[in-house]
Amino acid sequence: MLSAILGLSLLALTLAALLVWVARRFPADSDPLVVEIETLLPQTQCAQCGYPGCRPYAEAIAQGHAEINRCPPGGTATIQALADLLGCEAKPLDESLGEEKPPLVAIIDEASCIGCKLCIQACPVDAILGAAKRMHTVIADECTGCELCIPPCPVDCIDLIPAPQVASLPNALKRAQRIQMQVRA
Amino acid sequence: MSDFNNDIGQQLHRFHGGLQLRHYKQISCTESPPFIAVPKQLVVPLQQHAGLIAEPCVEVGQRVLRGQRIASAQSGISAHLHAPSSGTVSAIEARWVHHELRCQAVIIDCDGLDEAVALTPLNGWTQSAPESVVSHLQAMGVVGLGGAVFPSAQKIHQSLHQEQNIHTVILNGAECEPYLSCDESLMLSRPEEVIRGAQILCHAAQAQQVIIAIEDRMTEVEKRLLQCIKTKNLSHIQVVQVPTYYPEGGERQLIQVLTGEEVPSGGYPQDLGLVCFNVATAQASFKAVEHGEPLIQRLVTVTGQSVQHPGNWWARLGTPVDDLLRAAGGLQQAVDRIVMGGPIMGRCLIDTQAPVVKASNCILALSNAEVHDPQGELPCINCGFCVRVCPARLLPQELHWAVRSQQLDRARDYGLMDCIECGCCDQVCPSHIALVEDYRLGKHQLRVQQQEQQRAQLAKQRYEARQERLQQHEAALAARRQVRKSPASKPLDAKARIAAALAKKRQQKAAQQATNTTPPTSSDEDRS
Amino acid sequence: MSQGQTPSLQVGGAPHLPPPRSVASIMREVLYALIPGILAHVWYFGPWILFQLLIACTFALLAEWAMLKLRQQPLKPFLSDYTAVVTAVLFVLCSPPLMPWWVSAIGMFFAIVIAKHLYGGLGQNRFNPAMVGYVAVLIAYPQVMTQWLPPQMLFDELGLRSLDIGQGLWIILTGTPPEALTWDTISQATPLDTLRQGATKNLLINEIRVSPIFGQFGGWGWEWIANWYFLGGLWLLYRRVISWQVPVAAIATVVFLTLPFFLMDPDAHPFPMQHVFSGGIVLGAFFIATDPVSGSSTPMGKLLFGVGIGLIMLVIRRWSAYPDGVAFAVLCMNMLAPLLDRYTRPRIYGHER
Repeated sequence: MLSAILGLSLLALTLAALLVWVARRFPADSDPLVVEIETLLPQTQCAQCGYPGCRPYAEAIAQGHAEINRCPPGGTATIQALADLLGCEAKPLDESLGEEKPPLVAIIDEASCIGCKLCIQACPVDAILGAAKRMHTVIADECTGCELCIPPCPVDCIDLIPAPQVASLPNALKRAQRIQMQVRA
Repeated sequence: MSDFNNDIGQQLHRFHGGLQLRHYKQISCTESPPFIAVPKQLVVPLQQHAGLIAEPCVEVGQRVLRGQRIASAQSGISAHLHAPSSGTVSAIEARWVHHELRCQAVIIDCDGLDEAVALTPLNGWTQSAPESVVSHLQAMGVVGLGGAVFPSAQKIHQSLHQEQNIHTVILNGAECEPYLSCDESLMLSRPEEVIRGAQILCHAAQAQQVIIAIEDRMTEVEKRLLQCIKTKNLSHIQVVQVPTYYPEGGERQLIQVLTGEEVPSGGYPQDLGLVCFNVATAQASFKAVEHGEPLIQRLVTVTGQSVQHPGNWWARLGTPVDDLLRAAGGLQQAVDRIVMGGPIMGRCLIDTQAPVVKASNCILALSNAEVHDPQGELPCINCGFCVRVCPARLLPQELHWAVRSQQLDRARDYGLMDCIECGCCDQVCPSHIALVEDYRLGKHQLRVQQQEQQRAQLAKQRYEARQERLQQHEAALAARRQVRKSPASKPLDAKARIAAALAKKRQQKAAQQATNTTPPTSSDEDRS
Repeated sequence: MSQGQTPSLQVGGAPHLPPPRSVASIMREVLYALIPGILAHVWYFGPWILFQLLIACTFALLAEWAMLKLRQQPLKPFLSDYTAVVTAVLFVLCSPPLMPWWVSAIGMFFAIVIAKHLYGGLGQNRFNPAMVGYVAVLIAYPQVMTQWLPPQMLFDELGLRSLDIGQGLWIILTGTPPEALTWDTISQATPLDTLRQGATKNLLINEIRVSPIFGQFGGWGWEWIANWYFLGGLWLLYRRVISWQVPVAAIATVVFLTLPFFLMDPDAHPFPMQHVFSGGIVLGAFFIATDPVSGSSTPMGKLLFGVGIGLIMLVIRRWSAYPDGVAFAVLCMNMLAPLLDRYTRPRIYGHER
């Protein structure tokens, strides 16, 4: 009896020591799950999820603090990808945070801009260019369409327009898509 | 890599797969093609070339002359457009080119005078630098006329500015698709112009030799080209007959047949020291350089079972297809669809008012009987016929499954981006699956996906950079606060600071009122 | 046509000309290629196979119809594609000619319902339906599936009684011979069975081959049927319905693996041609293993597929309880086909050699 208890304890201790040594010897470089989650997020940095950016949201998901359905720009596709990665059920998008929209870019009505710099401070990806009392402009290629610049603007001179696509989907391909839907249904 | 390979064309090679198709070519191959009269109205779409759409440089109501530039190339891959005849610009509006392309078009109401601008040939091009020939071709709006409509000037420009020198220019006269005969007809009727064009392109690309590849059934063409080469005593131009085997006319397959080498995946023929042009492009280059004529007309094959008298016609760009069909004796009732291009890769037209564009090598009116498919689509039975004929050595059925199940990564892994959309797999598929449509959808989705990933990557980088900058800023502020809190620095009186700030503000306002009359000249300031 | 009057034009994706071939036309060609072999079968073994074909095709089409109904699939395109007929014909050509009708029905149930439709129907079946059906009844009715008739011409020589039409139909309908007959008086072991039994008794090949059921190089009659299958196969090759890799690899494997044994000891091992022309290897190599759906589709994969079939078949012939192993070999290789496809992808144009 005693020898059994001692033996098992010894075994547990040895294994624990081994585990500690392995953990010290081969440290995990960064939390890989966070990185994997982050690559699935659209990097809009819009903070609609309630976290200040995509990285914080990814961290929150990884720690189990956040649901996976809080990313309106990513929409259904992102939720599905996250569900696949984390092995959980895909949920419908939390509509209270925003709705899924086609990709947008901000555009500043340059005639009404007063050069207040508020939008520049709000932009999470530094895609607005301008100086105090000078007209501002949006670098369309770098804008993520996060809408964060809209509320601060005192003169409402920022609009969102559909982002330019690679190429519009050729008509003939719509047929193929229709077939695809039939196949999936 | 060998710099200059003199044996090109001496020994022919084979490419994988391909199809022996009935070519239906004799029916429309005439010796000297007639001209179609200038119509009452010309529709010149601004997207007639690969790359970015041209920007119109005329206004509605403006009078334009034949050969006058009406739209300018954007920076990047793009080409100029010229007025095909004189008249008044009546509108600039969206028009259908074919069923997948609707774009802005310049509508010209012709006055029937066909008045031309002063033509500017590039005299003495043999002595001029290759760059000046290239920029002349760009100014004349010359694009590849084989179907891909890639701007020729930019093709040569790229090859002049790369490490690998171009040693051979290949002129592609092998129309592999059935029905097409415009290139054969061009070489029969104007062999000198093709040969002169070949010399110009050879000079512009700084190549040592030219190979004109024609199909082995074109014996008469060979005779005329050789005679022309002989009288001009051009030893660096040779004519090579290649087997009539679809898709022989595809650039990559033709190169494989002539050289036995394969163009690297994602690369260009230029990587092998080769550059390919269609024979019609050579003729257009000749016209542009020696006569100063911009690309405003092209040779079009009008054929198909629904056409009474098939043949080739010279048509101004922008001419409605209807005029060509009438020249060919009109349509028969049984017409099912009208295709721009060949039957394997062509695009359908929405109606007969669609204009002739730079890519319109063929107008094909197919009858119900030709198109009728009693079976319809069945599931893939993995028969492997497509594997046998694919010239890119892909596994088309795997790509089909991957795209249909939206496994895009798998499709890319199986080489979806290496598909040349030749349609061989489609032609042999016993289940009659629209394979190429699947591939085009998959490719499109892959491109969108890739672009999104790039955008996300960029946004992430910029977000991280900003976070870092904000942190540094914060740290600097904290450090300053630390310094201020220390007894050595005495804080200013708060009221005095506010007063100072207000005074500064007033000053600024006054200054701004003064400058308001003159708007800021530069809006882009250094943002870094 | 006058100006302004625009005909209504169809719009569709390229290519615009329909492919010349269809699933039905391919399957029809396979059936045509089997006709000489079937006629030879009738010549040597009597007309029973024609009844069997009728029975099996009926059940196959019934099963197909029922499953299409259940799966709510369109009936016309799938019933008229001849795939079920080809399955039924191949099943019958593997089975003994006097098998009772319910065996055929059960075989077709396994082939069409289980192997084909439960896997997703046309194009989705992982296993060759005809072989699944055959193996199912082979395991369920081992007795019935080994009751083969000798060639008609050898009845007298073997001291057996010949059947008339009524007696043969009686057997097919009831499963037992009419009162005047017993199985022993009408059936005969196949050449392959005879070889196996002889080998277990340590007889020499020449001693075994004295039986009249052996012909020039294979079984008497069987070798000629195989020749006709061979001819049909060549025609399919010429028409490019099948590719050369599978039949060539399978037959070459059989020949090259048995040749050394034959050369070492011709007394204990049969001549390679004996292997090829008895049993189902020719039929299997040209018609069964070339089933596209369940086979490999890359050129290299097809070669390996054929080699595997030859190999497994010989192993089964040599060491297992079954005299012939084509069916099992095909099913085994069907399992490997996706793997073969995955690891034998051809080099894509323009990629590194």
